[in-house]
Amino acid sequence: MGAADYQVDEKGHLEKNNYLNCEKGLKSWLFTIDHKRIALLYLGAMILFFLVGGLAAVLIRLHLWSSDSKLLSPDMYNVLFTLHGVLMIFLFIVPGIPAVLGNFLLPLMIGAKDVAFPRLNLFSFWIYLLGALIGFIGLLDPVWLVSKIKGSAIGTWMPLDTGWTFYTPYSTSTGAGSGWGTIIMTFAAFVLGFSSILTGLNFIVTIHRLRAPGLTWFKLPVFVWSLYATSIIQVLATPVVGITLLLLIAEKVLGVGIFDPEKGGDPILYQHFFWFYSHPVVYIMVLPAFGIIGEIIPIFSRKPIFGYSAVVFSSVGIAAVSFIVWAHHMYTAGMSPFSQAFFSATTFGVAIPTAIKVFNWVSTMYKGAISFEAPMLYAMAFVFLFMIAGTTGIFLATLGLDIFYHDTYFVVAHFHYTIQGGAVIGLIAGLHLWFPKITGKMYNKKLAIFAFWLIFIGFNVTFLPQFILGVQGMPRRYAFYIPEFEPMHRLSTIGMFFNAIGYTLALLNLALSWVFSKEKAPANPYKALGLEWQAPSPPPHDNFINTPIVTVGRYDYGKPLEDLGLKGGVSG
Amino acid sequence: MAESVYSKVGGRGAPPVYHHIDPINAYHAAKFGMWLFLATEILLFSVLFTAFAIYNWAYFESFQHAATKLDWKLGGLNTLILLFSSCTAAIAVYKAQINDNQGVVKNFTVSFICGLAFLVIKYFEYSAKYRHGYFPGTELWNSAEFSTQYKNYFGLYYVMTGLHALHVLIGMGVLLWVIFLARRERFSEKYYTPVELAALYWHLVDLIWIFLFPLLYLID
Ligand SMILES: [Cu+2]
Repeated sequence: MGAADYQVDEKGHLEKNNYLNCEKGLKSWLFTIDHKRIALLYLGAMILFFLVGGLAAVLIRLHLWSSDSKLLSPDMYNVLFTLHGVLMIFLFIVPGIPAVLGNFLLPLMIGAKDVAFPRLNLFSFWIYLLGALIGFIGLLDPVWLVSKIKGSAIGTWMPLDTGWTFYTPYSTSTGAGSGWGTIIMTFAAFVLGFSSILTGLNFIVTIHRLRAPGLTWFKLPVFVWSLYATSIIQVLATPVVGITLLLLIAEKVLGVGIFDPEKGGDPILYQHFFWFYSHPVVYIMVLPAFGIIGEIIPIFSRKPIFGYSAVVFSSVGIAAVSFIVWAHHMYTAGMSPFSQAFFSATTFGVAIPTAIKVFNWVSTMYKGAISFEAPMLYAMAFVFLFMIAGTTGIFLATLGLDIFYHDTYFVVAHFHYTIQGGAVIGLIAGLHLWFPKITGKMYNKKLAIFAFWLIFIGFNVTFLPQFILGVQGMPRRYAFYIPEFEPMHRLSTIGMFFNAIGYTLALLNLALSWVFSKEKAPANPYKALGLEWQAPSPPPHDNFINTPIVTVGRYDYGKPLEDLGLKGGVSG
Repeated sequence: MAESVYSKVGGRGAPPVYHHIDPINAYHAAKFGMWLFLATEILLFSVLFTAFAIYNWAYFESFQHAATKLDWKLGGLNTLILLFSSCTAAIAVYKAQINDNQGVVKNFTVSFICGLAFLVIKYFEYSAKYRHGYFPGTELWNSAEFSTQYKNYFGLYYVMTGLHALHVLIGMGVLLWVIFLARRERFSEKYYTPVELAALYWHLVDLIWIFLFPLLYLID
């Protein structure tokens, strides 16, 4: 198809023949190898899991309204927090930003027509769906259900209740229902790991080999750098947890003793292997969000990003350090004082690159011409929330304090500040920023800002009290608690409502604007620099109609618009 | 309306045509991707090596003794078989580079048969273990005289060699697919990516066994 087939209007909007409508029919979506369509497939599936996982969280917090709540049985409570954790971690936030925004934007940002291996990309998505399916089967304990239908059921129905960490020996000895739940679920996590590895591999090769001419490594967008760092973790850490989960299965099926002390195994070894992956995985979730914030702040401050190379090196630095801190989850599990001191020190080390990032974001905003649009509000909230997440992380990294805080609500609050306040807010910020590029429409800006405040206030009201609960000694994962904790739990539950309504509203706003909005988005609604804004909105199948040319740097803001070639409309 | 990524299937010996990447870059990208994949495979096995190292340290004497129950002669024979099959795989790549598709077929077929021989020998080893009762579920295995430390050694043995055997099986499938393509004269000096990738994978399977063999069979 030549350039003549595309009728881009003067603002850069492409009504016909864009990637959304160039092919029609369900088959053209499910078997597409277009990275932009695959990104949307991921988005659809992930939002679904996010809603189910969110519903579990709502039920959990409702149950915790009173200290001796009868809303859920203790067993059901365990099942629900397992469901919440597994869905949110493995199905929502680990694929998260890379699978959706990474897939959509990586080729656009580096001026390529697709990722290096488009078919592998589709394959990753299908593996992801397969893993999700197996996961749901594992969660629901189907073997018992089947035997119930046949009339040979033993015991009661008991979906998976191990928590998302599958700690041994409970996970290999639990008689939860038929006892098959853990096996199926860990196998699902293994399959999902494959999807993660293949996506990471695809991105690394794409960044190495498909950059547009002239786009050297140190001209790359910080979002691409953060995807690169993320992909390295995905490729290097995921196999470790994959084989660990297979060993778990081997232990259960073959009865060989690897982690079960009764069979001569060592449960601590499981924790080492598990956290060797599951600490770096926190950065798989949050590094791409750092990248998104690094893109948003210069655009809405109209200032060049402060300390580009420091931002880049801190991303790579975080990825590197993340591999030598894992045992900070295990201070109380039995470790030599030397190892404790080592892992405590390395964990403090993570604070350095993270703080560099915060300084860079704040310095970029300093004396900038800030406009408070929805993406910018989310980005500023991110900086605020992540500072709380980071400083409470220092508490937990400190040996003496962690002995006290371990397995309390303090950890729960810290974790949610990192993952929801970091990764989820980052994802929502990015979805707003690139919404016009993805859909060719504009979202309702007032509603977006209203939803933002609901989320921001709701989030803090939910989780700030949990820090206090943790300090007071409320253990995590307990279905009942002493009446003294009730006020804080109630405050937290009230906050959850605002938070949940906020997310629902924000997502509904995006979805309904996409379907019903008449406003055609221009190619570059924010007068931003960067290659993806040169493509029409929505982009055609091949991304760019003419090969993009890099004339100004991505972060050269602060000059007159004429000098940047941004006066008037920007055509594709 | 939109063109497929694979708009034209490359003809005999010509590289496939992609819309997003030129053939030379595609070759390098594929090879780079393969190396990354091999890195994940090595990491996968390195966890098992770590677990083995830890338990070998913890249960040193039992592991020493348990290792004598393995047949090092059969293990050694399998090592030789895989080494030889790696040689023929390397030759197959060279044959593709000089436009000799029949050479690819011959050499990969030899590698394939070696893989099959490896699995057959492995089967005999496993069934011998079963007869002696060193296998999960047998009478001896379940009895009190079979210590947990033995179970640990044999458990790791089955997991490690079993996973490796699975890799051999997958590798044989890949070889078969390339043989099929080579029979249709698919490769030439301009396009031999699948041959090279298949050979790389086969070398990895060989390499892992070279570490497994002394670790499991020769530690006493
Ligand atoms: Cu950690």
